[in-house]
Amino acid sequence: MILSKIFKNTLIVLTACLVLSACATKKEIATDIKGSMQGDVYTGTDTVEYLAEGVPDRVFFATNESILTTASRETLRAQAAWMRKNSSINVVLEGHADERGTREYNLALGERRANAAKDYLMTYGISSDRITVLSYGKERPVDSGSNPLSWSKNRRSVTVKAN
Amino acid sequence: MIKKIITLFLILIPINSYALIEVDITRGNLDPLPVAVSPLSIDEKSRKSFEKTLNKENIGEEISSIVENNLSTSGLFNPLNKEAFLQAPDIANLKPRFEDWNLIKAQALITGKVNYVDDKLRVEFRLWDVLAAKEMMALAFTTVPTNWRRVGHIISDKVYERLTGEKGYFDTRIIYVAEEGPKTQRIKKLSIMDQDGFNNKFLTLGNELVLTPRFNPTSQMVTYLSYFKNLPRVYLLDIETGTQEVVGDFPGMTFAPRFSPDGKKIIMSLAKDGKSDIYTMDLENRIVERITNHPSIDTSPSYSPDGKFITFNSDRSGYQQIYIMKSDGSNVKRISFGNGLYGTPVWSPRGDLIAFTKLHKGKFYIGVMRTDGKGERLLTENYYQEAPSWSPNGRVLIFYRETKTNDKGEGFTAKLWSIDLTGYNERQIKTPTDASDPSWSSLLSN
Repeated sequence: MILSKIFKNTLIVLTACLVLSACATKKEIATDIKGSMQGDVYTGTDTVEYLAEGVPDRVFFATNESILTTASRETLRAQAAWMRKNSSINVVLEGHADERGTREYNLALGERRANAAKDYLMTYGISSDRITVLSYGKERPVDSGSNPLSWSKNRRSVTVKAN
Repeated sequence: MIKKIITLFLILIPINSYALIEVDITRGNLDPLPVAVSPLSIDEKSRKSFEKTLNKENIGEEISSIVENNLSTSGLFNPLNKEAFLQAPDIANLKPRFEDWNLIKAQALITGKVNYVDDKLRVEFRLWDVLAAKEMMALAFTTVPTNWRRVGHIISDKVYERLTGEKGYFDTRIIYVAEEGPKTQRIKKLSIMDQDGFNNKFLTLGNELVLTPRFNPTSQMVTYLSYFKNLPRVYLLDIETGTQEVVGDFPGMTFAPRFSPDGKKIIMSLAKDGKSDIYTMDLENRIVERITNHPSIDTSPSYSPDGKFITFNSDRSGYQQIYIMKSDGSNVKRISFGNGLYGTPVWSPRGDLIAFTKLHKGKFYIGVMRTDGKGERLLTENYYQEAPSWSPNGRVLIFYRETKTNDKGEGFTAKLWSIDLTGYNERQIKTPTDASDPSWSSLLSN
C-alpha cells in the first residue's frame, strides 16, 4: 500500500517536471528510466527503423520542445548524407507529439518538430523540394503506454521515403 | 429547413406571468425539483395508427419517457416513479386532482395527449403547478410522425424554459468523432447524434483520419479537419446533402477550424515552416485574411458571440496560454496567468465566460474564466480530458476524456462527458463507439 503510494507520488512529481521542461531535476529523472532517456528525450532504439545501414529514421524531442539534441543532429546528418548519395529519393518528415497535450496544439507542435528536422537537412544541402512535412499531432503514437518512457518514444519526427 | 418542419402554436397564454415554482440554475442543485411526468394519453385508434407507422406500441409513453430522461439528466429535476401516480393520464390532462399529485410530493406535473390527425402527429401538453393548483403552460405541436423524438425534446425545452427562465438545450445534436481500433492505429469517423445519444449516424467511412468537427450557427454545416490523401486540410460538409469541399487553397496544413458567429467565415490555423498562425476565410467571396503573424504556435481560435473578439491559445510566452484580441488581430492580450498550461479556449454563447482545458502537475482540468482572465474556476480534474463545447444556453459543457492505459499499454478508452457550469452533474454521454471532439449544435427549434 505505502509503496504504491510513494510510487504514485513520484510519478506525479515526475510528470510535473516533464510538463515544465525547464525543471531543475531533469537529469535526476533520466537515471530512473533505465538509461533510455536523457532529460526526457528518448535515447533508446526500440522503435527506430533504418533507412539504410547506419541511417536511423527518426529523432526524438523533449516535452513541448522542438529543439534538436546532439544525437538528433547526428541522425539527421546521416540522413542528409544518405539523401545526397541517393539523389532520386524524396522524403516525408512526419512530426508527432505525445498524448499529454491538447489535440490542436499538438498538431502544430508536430509540424514544428518536423520542420526543425527539415531545416537541419537543408543546412546539409538537401533541397526543400525533396522534403514534405506532415504532422500527425498525437494521432499516431508508436507506443500506447501512459508513462514517461512511452511518451518519449512518441515525441518524434520520422523520415519516411516518399518514392 | 429543420425549423420549418414543426409548427407550434399556443393554446392558452399562461395565466400567471410569474412562475410560482422556480428552479435556480445558477448554483449546484442538490435538491432537484420533484416533477411528475404523466404519460401522454392516446386513444386506441391513434395508438394503432402510430404502431403501424412508427412500430412503437405506445408513442405517448415513448415521448413522455424522452421528457423524463431529459429532465432527469439536466440534474435540476427529479421525475417521480410512475407507479405511484394515482390519476389516469387522460383525466389528469383534463383536470388534475392536485391533492393526489401533492400526496406523492410532485411540485410540477406534465400531462398531455397524442393524436393521429391526417397522417400527422399532434401532441398537446400542459405544465401544472401542483402547490398553487394552476396551469402554467399549454402548447400543441403538429409534425410528421417520424419527428416524435424531437417532439419529446421540444416539450422538455419548453418545460425547462418555463421553470428556469432560460432556454433549454434538449432539441439539439452533437457532432463528434467516433473512434475504434488500437491506440496506435485509431480509425476515426465523423458522427452525429441527438443530444441524448439517439439517432446516431456516421457521416464518413473511416478511410481517412478526421478530427475536430464544429457546427455552423444554423447547425446545417460542419467544418472539420480531414487527412484525405494525406493532406491535412480544413473541410466543409453540408450535413443534409453530404457535399464536402476543401476550405481555401493554403500552402500547408490547415486545422482547428470554427465558424464565425454569423456563419459567414471560417477561422482556423495554418501551420507552415514551423509556425502556426490564425487565418479567416470568407465563405462567400473566398477572401483569406491573416489574423496573427508570430513565430509561435497560435491555434484553437474561437470568436466571441458578437464577432468582435477572438480568443486563442499561443505559446509566444514560452508555454501554451490563452489570449484574446480584436477580430482584426489587433490588441492581443494574454488572459491566463494561473499555474500550468492553458488550451482550447471557447467563448460562451452568453459572452461572459471562456471555457478551457488546463494542464497542471500532470492533471487535466476543464474550467472557465471571465473574458479578462479573472475568476478562474476548475470544474473537473482527470488523467486526460479536453475540448469543451458549450450547450446553446451556456449552462452545460460537453468534452471528451481519455483513460490511462495499463502497463501493457491496454485499456485505452475515449468517451464523451458533460458537466454543468456549476461544477455539478457530471455524466458520461453514451455513444455506440469510443468518442472524442464533441461539438454541440444550436437549438434546432426555437
